[in-house]
Amino acid sequence: MKAGGLAGAAADRPPIAHALVSSRGAPWLAAAAALVVLPYVPGLDGNFGRSLLSQMGIAAVFALSYNLLLGQTGLLSFGHAVYFGLGAYASIHLMRAIDGGLPVPMALVPVAGAASGLFFGMLLGAVTVRRAGVVFALISLGIGELVFAAMRILQGFSGGEEGITANRGLGPHPFGFTLGPQIQVYYVIAFWTMVSALLLSAFLRTPVGRMCNAVRDNPERAAFVGYDPVHVRLVAFSVAAMFAGLAGGLHALNYEIVAAEAVGAGRSGAVLLMAYIGGVQHFFGAVLGAVVITWLQASLSDYTTAWQLYLGLFFIAMVLFAPGGLSGLLLMHRPILRTRAFRRVVRAYAIAAVPAAIAACGAVALLEINYRRATQPDAGAIVRLLGRDLDTSTPWPWLAALALLAFGVLLLRPCVARVRRAWADASEEARSHAGQGAAR
Amino acid sequence: MLEIVTFSLLNGIVYGLLLFMVSSGLTLIFSLMGVLNFAHASMFMLGAYVSYQIGRWIGFWPALAIAPLVVAGIGALIERYGLRHVHRQGHVAEILFTFGLAYVVVECVVMVWGRNPIENRVPAAIDFPAFWIYGTSYPAYKVLMMAISVGMFAFLYLAFRRTRLGLVIRAALTHPEMVAALGHDVPRIFVLVFAIGSALAALAGVIGGFALLTEPNMAAALGPIVFVVIVVGGLGSIGGAFLASMLIGIVQTFAVALDYSLLDLLTALHLTLASDSAFHELAAVKVAQAAPLIPYLLLVVMLVFRPRGLFGTREA
Repeated sequence: MKAGGLAGAAADRPPIAHALVSSRGAPWLAAAAALVVLPYVPGLDGNFGRSLLSQMGIAAVFALSYNLLLGQTGLLSFGHAVYFGLGAYASIHLMRAIDGGLPVPMALVPVAGAASGLFFGMLLGAVTVRRAGVVFALISLGIGELVFAAMRILQGFSGGEEGITANRGLGPHPFGFTLGPQIQVYYVIAFWTMVSALLLSAFLRTPVGRMCNAVRDNPERAAFVGYDPVHVRLVAFSVAAMFAGLAGGLHALNYEIVAAEAVGAGRSGAVLLMAYIGGVQHFFGAVLGAVVITWLQASLSDYTTAWQLYLGLFFIAMVLFAPGGLSGLLLMHRPILRTRAFRRVVRAYAIAAVPAAIAACGAVALLEINYRRATQPDAGAIVRLLGRDLDTSTPWPWLAALALLAFGVLLLRPCVARVRRAWADASEEARSHAGQGAAR
Repeated sequence: MLEIVTFSLLNGIVYGLLLFMVSSGLTLIFSLMGVLNFAHASMFMLGAYVSYQIGRWIGFWPALAIAPLVVAGIGALIERYGLRHVHRQGHVAEILFTFGLAYVVVECVVMVWGRNPIENRVPAAIDFPAFWIYGTSYPAYKVLMMAISVGMFAFLYLAFRRTRLGLVIRAALTHPEMVAALGHDVPRIFVLVFAIGSALAALAGVIGGFALLTEPNMAAALGPIVFVVIVVGGLGSIGGAFLASMLIGIVQTFAVALDYSLLDLLTALHLTLASDSAFHELAAVKVAQAAPLIPYLLLVVMLVFRPRGLFGTREA
């Protein structure tokens, strides 16, 4: 009997193992393992790769904090960089104090950023969260401009456009952690990224975290069950500001310099784009957006100066056609993953990818030729594209690019129809499976 | 002293009228469609660039008329083929669409006219002193700016009050469903209003382009101030937008002329502030330096004490 009982318990899994292996714990363990291993993966194990990973970590914390605002509480902010930047300034001033002899390990500097973010979040949040929606968006924009203008004027505190610097190598070195090599900085950033993600995810499971969603969906009803929407928004706003400040602290630690642009509208816009392109309906969407955008930015900016144009077009395309973002697009496939028709969907995707790539080549060539002629007039009519010199004083490069674009678009239309048909079949099959499951 | 006051007042009025031309279109679009158009200042920028280009081809006077029409066409296309599709996803999606559009417009401008400021000089036809006061000349193009803005508003006011189309638009502002039920094409009115708003912003861009600097950054520089204007004036209120524009225009112009700081005031009152105190830097900031802050300070003060704005009907 006893043995049988144990076997039964094992089948039900003991609680700790259950938490680790169940759908809640497993992704976290996998993420932690990935964070440890990633800087040694070939291709990412150089200085460029490790600094790219560090940037991704910073962006991920910032985007996660933004997702708490937009995704969970429904507050569209155009000034979230204020808290990032003020956290970064608090951190860089602490770093300077450590350089001056304060006995605090540098790895704890982001805590100062978080504290600063929380303080200013509560202070400015009290003015801004009274209304949600369009009005909140306007006010956040105004506050962002106010803080940016103030930072440019207060040169002694902020260093203005040039910024202020500090040295992360000084201070006490516990366990021989000097923060000299990029790999050590990366692990500090990875640690704080993991901590932030866990804490934010835990926050969303608390009653007030659930109320954030309620206030987003129906503030009147939330008020009716006894929660003041303004108060709930203020809590969410302050917590988001705290994590933005922490991301700012990581930024200060990574770059050892903070300038006025850290609180600027450009950075506020960038985090909005990251969080939205990643998808605001899922927690991991923000991380996905941060990783993809940071990677694209780092790898594309070597090849083209028109990077902002592509980002803007990509963003508009997402708003128009995929409001769920990248994570929404991925998770859309979950119900049809097990169906037989799914293979046809994949095949249709593969076929459609060919004309899409042709059209994209044509469009990119067209944009690049125009862009380079406008921004580099000294270079003359010769535009170097994909290792080939094109003489743009003749109409041929333009015509060729236009032809590619038109050809691609023309071929794409039947392919899209094919994807649609495969999709319809697959979801039909998934529905009938679900129906059978329910009937059993 | 009187000289500075007169000139600051004149320049402030010109700047205020310019702000009003941009913000009135924004407020009109907002009250009709509920869309906070982030690309509105981009239309202002397009107006400046397009008129510069047309001006180089066929001269300033035709450009003054054609550029706003071209930008109105662009605005109509944006509404018809972009905004209308995101409309059903709600206001957040609409804001995000126009936000992305503002990014793209800047890059398109860079693609056509380059990244550096263009030499958008005051056209020779209006580059002469209009009158002399206190021995200093006042340029004619600023007088023209005033004349054009005032004339435009008179025209729009009459068009809205005295024509049948104006009546329909005003009705659609408050009762879109009733207007549709009476057989008017409300989506077409949306397109029309979006085009009118864009044209107003573009006209401001034409006459503001050579007064300010014509560069790809000009939309991002003006946009936030215009948003402040419509919040301070009260969302959806044209009269409020006018008052707020003038207020911000005049106060900011006066601030630029004031080369004093809080420290100077304290010194005049025989008070001293230790130069190592944390407030010393803050107090040493000259009013002229702090001028860019003023619209946003006004915004915060307004939100704390009168959240609905000057003439707002709904609370911000």
